Amino acid sequence: MTDQNLTVRFFARLREELDTESLELPATPGQTVGGLLSELAARGGPWAQLQGDQPVMAAVNQAMAKPSTLVTPGDEVAFFPPVTGG
Amino acid sequence: MISIQTEDFDVGAEYEALRASGSGTGAVATFSGLVRDSGDLSGVTGLFLEHYPGMTEQVIQGLIDSASQRWDVRKARVIHRVGRLALSDQIVFVGVCSAHRGDAFAACEFIMDALKTSAPFWKKEITGDTEHWVEQKDSDLDRSRAWK
Repeated sequence: MTDQNLTVRFFARLREELDTESLELPATPGQTVGGLLSELAARGGPWAQLQGDQPVMAAVNQAMAKPSTLVTPGDEVAFFPPVTGG
Repeated sequence: MISIQTEDFDVGAEYEALRASGSGTGAVATFSGLVRDSGDLSGVTGLFLEHYPGMTEQVIQGLIDSASQRWDVRKARVIHRVGRLALSDQIVFVGVCSAHRGDAFAACEFIMDALKTSAPFWKKEITGDTEHWVEQKDSDLDRSRAWK
């Protein structure tokens, strides 16, 4: 039932510090990016930094998202630090 | 055209391809970014670059589309390397052809400034014994905002 799940991806410093590239999580009705971030931060340990001092950016289906952006089953959600390319 | 790649690129070949964009082109502006020995840290010996495949290309295409709405852009080319890079290696190339130099300069600078603050790339500095994920700079955000 993969299509009932969210895929959550992490990049760069977050990928390393959480030791996680991606997770499959059950989607819940009415869930938002901010809600998902709170749930993950509540895991404690390194996960708490998702709501720490350092900014965390989010994308849903590869487009930049806000805390209020809704997430629905099958979505790909990504969390990452502010970008530093170029 | 957008390429995200580990391989190096040939600025001369890219310039020739831009120059061949048509008889209406009167100006080609190009920018190349290189690995420097000091950033957040001093004594940098190399970089590691990571990106978000798919999203990166979409964001850069959006920047080229925005530039094309604002200026005369006949052709635009963006190349960004990922993976391990050494000092003085080429990181990024932006090239724009326009009828006139003003549009070519502006569109090239806009794409580069906006890429730095919106395309999902992350840079890690490597020194002799440490690694450090680079922090986003207020000065880069200011440059990007100045185009609004």
